[in-house]
Amino acid sequence: MDFFDDATPAWYALAILLLPAAGFCWNAFTYRTEFTRKRGHIVPLLTIGTALFCALTIFKHAVIDGDVGDTPHAASATHDAPAHDSGGADAPPAAGSLADPRWSWSSKAHGVVYRIIDTGALRIDAGITIDHLTATMLLVVTLVAFLVHLYSVSYMHGDKRFSRFFAFLQLFSFSMLGLILTDNLLLLFCFWELVGVCSYFLIGFWFEQDEPPKASMKAFMTNRFGDVGFLIGILLVYRMFGTTDLAEIYAGLQAVAEGRAALPPLFGWEAGTLLTVAGLCLFTGPMAKSAQVPLHIWLPDAMAGPTPVSALIHAATMVAAGVYMVGRIYFFFTPTALAFIAGIGTVTALVAATIGLVHNNIKKVLAYSTCSQLGYMMLSLGVGGYSAGLFHLYTHAFFKACLFLGAGSVIHAVHTEDMREMGGLKSKLPVTYRTMLIATMALGGVPFFSGAFSKEMIVEHALMWGWSHGLAHMLPAIVAIGGGGLTFFYMMRLIYLTFYGAPRDQHKFEHAHESPPAMTIPLMVLAFLSFFSVGWPMPFLGGHKLPELLAAPPALASIALGHGADHGHGGFALAFGVLVLSCLVIVFGYRLYKQTYKDRNPGPEVWVARLRPLHTTVSNLYYFDEFYRATIVRFSYATARVLALFDSKVIDAIVNGVGTVGQLIAAGFAAFDRIVVDGLVNLNGTVCHALGSRLRRLQTGNLQDYLAFAVGGMAFVTLLFLFLA
Amino acid sequence: MQPLAGYVFLGTAMFVLGVFTMVTRKNAIYVLMGAELILNAAALNFVAFARYMGNRLDGQMFAIFIIILAAAEAAVALGIVLQIHHHFPSIDVSKPDRLGD
Repeated sequence: MDFFDDATPAWYALAILLLPAAGFCWNAFTYRTEFTRKRGHIVPLLTIGTALFCALTIFKHAVIDGDVGDTPHAASATHDAPAHDSGGADAPPAAGSLADPRWSWSSKAHGVVYRIIDTGALRIDAGITIDHLTATMLLVVTLVAFLVHLYSVSYMHGDKRFSRFFAFLQLFSFSMLGLILTDNLLLLFCFWELVGVCSYFLIGFWFEQDEPPKASMKAFMTNRFGDVGFLIGILLVYRMFGTTDLAEIYAGLQAVAEGRAALPPLFGWEAGTLLTVAGLCLFTGPMAKSAQVPLHIWLPDAMAGPTPVSALIHAATMVAAGVYMVGRIYFFFTPTALAFIAGIGTVTALVAATIGLVHNNIKKVLAYSTCSQLGYMMLSLGVGGYSAGLFHLYTHAFFKACLFLGAGSVIHAVHTEDMREMGGLKSKLPVTYRTMLIATMALGGVPFFSGAFSKEMIVEHALMWGWSHGLAHMLPAIVAIGGGGLTFFYMMRLIYLTFYGAPRDQHKFEHAHESPPAMTIPLMVLAFLSFFSVGWPMPFLGGHKLPELLAAPPALASIALGHGADHGHGGFALAFGVLVLSCLVIVFGYRLYKQTYKDRNPGPEVWVARLRPLHTTVSNLYYFDEFYRATIVRFSYATARVLALFDSKVIDAIVNGVGTVGQLIAAGFAAFDRIVVDGLVNLNGTVCHALGSRLRRLQTGNLQDYLAFAVGGMAFVTLLFLFLA
Repeated sequence: MQPLAGYVFLGTAMFVLGVFTMVTRKNAIYVLMGAELILNAAALNFVAFARYMGNRLDGQMFAIFIIILAAAEAAVALGIVLQIHHHFPSIDVSKPDRLGD
């Protein structure tokens, strides 16, 4: 019986999701105990380890074995190569059908669904969806998260908020995995915000220092900026399709593409404008989260957080969530929206890479590199390289996590992040050096390392897109190729400044020592994954490469607007051409590095002097921060000041006026109370008192008087009766 | 047979005199005697009305009860008078006026 025949995968997925949540609760609620304070890493390691095991199980069944449930297998549907295990699936869907060819499993079909909201008009059902994208993403996230947990045991050792760090890591893992597993756009948004807030907590983890709180605030605010757009996009989608369920949105758009339905008129826009606007709104979320120009400014600052956090959140997973999300709703983007995405990606890739050339902080160089690589991914998705972009996400997660953890190891050894105080550490940190070198090769796209496969796929797609759209559209391809050289150059510069040459700070050099195994083992695992790349055709994937299994969904939005789905496969010639071109660029980058840093002929100072204005601009980060400070920040301060004035002059006056009127009314009531109500009560008392003090005189105590009263009273009553009768 | 009115007038006179005695006299013995007068006025009324309403015996029975009652009352009252005299060295009924406190 196949794994995906019943609801079993849902329980695995729930275990993956809920174990880190449980670990977070454990650490959060027992933080006072001796065990958690000293050994706060044990429960989180266990939960994330189990989650990793469950993710491996799902990956094995979904991708390696290709167990299929009720839908045809991706490999058999999109590639004519014989599927390694068709699992009794039917023939591939007929040509022209727009049914999603991707294999996917939904927990809803097996009754595992949780109705969160049902108001009649709005219904939100939380379900779990698993396809190749999810399964691979789960594996990448749990694996990197596990390694980072392991690394943190040593890196954060002795920190006074040790257990809290792990609690946040667990909360982040939970949120990130929820983001991957959910099948609803609104829930995806919720998890999206959760990872954002975890990022905020973790950037500002050392909140006693100056920089982290500011950086976390910057990250948070920048992301809110994008999330507003995201939320507007979700509302637009809801207005268009009346649902936020991804499968239902797909079905709705499919009906439109097949001409069975039409989009509801909204604001009087035609379908193309509507889809483009909604797509771009949705894209602003990823733009902020994945640090795309112009919302990239928060990512380098986010390096103020602990280095394992930079590796996990700001390199491997959270920033890639934007790319993942674009991949999830890929069918929704119109050609215009995709071109915009490609443009943004291109600009980001170029801008961030150039800043990486001149920065001196080891973590910030890596941050700009991350930024640039995320730009590559967006570029790839924008030019139609769906599988290439997502594949680059996976390979990048491993080698960039490796680089960050390596940088953490270096910082751990020399207690500085400034590369000008390093140098010559090769002999002191051999493991760190070797693993970082491997990851650098992968990042630089040196053939046979993992990055090469994904990058070449990206370049290939960019070239084909440029070819079919005209000369101006060649820009992404040019940047993608040229960026490879820049990447290799700045990474070799990083390696050189850190590990080669003579030590520039003798004191720090002498105290440096290699990190403990809890830190080097994750490095070695990640370096292995950067080298032994899943970009090779894998025997255990039935001779397929992993990206081939990540088939793109039909471009429904394009078809709905009357554009055909374009792009054929480039063929062997193009792939070979790209490989040669990439190699040439890398060799050029290496030559440049060798000439500048190794031979110093001329040295970097000469280049700086020659390109003075350019260097100033780039090392001031293109004045993005200054620009925002002069416009947005200043504008919001001015607005705030005006509003504060309005608040104190108008709102307060109204409030005070209401208060005064209330006071007057209350005084009136008090007077009424005092004079009328109290007067009545007092009158009652006075009358009773007067009456009593008169009548008490009859009470003489003399028996004879009482007798006289009794007889008199009797006589009175008798007479009364006589007269009345 | 004597007319009823005579008895009723006599009874009323005795009652009024009894009350007058009880209210005005300071001496406790006089007060007691006033009480006897009132009781006897009542007894006289019982006998007179019994005779008047067909020579019935129940009125007579009440008269005898009242005589017994008067005897018992006199005994108890004299006891009280003795106690008063013991407490205040006098039998002036205007002296014990603590009921007014």
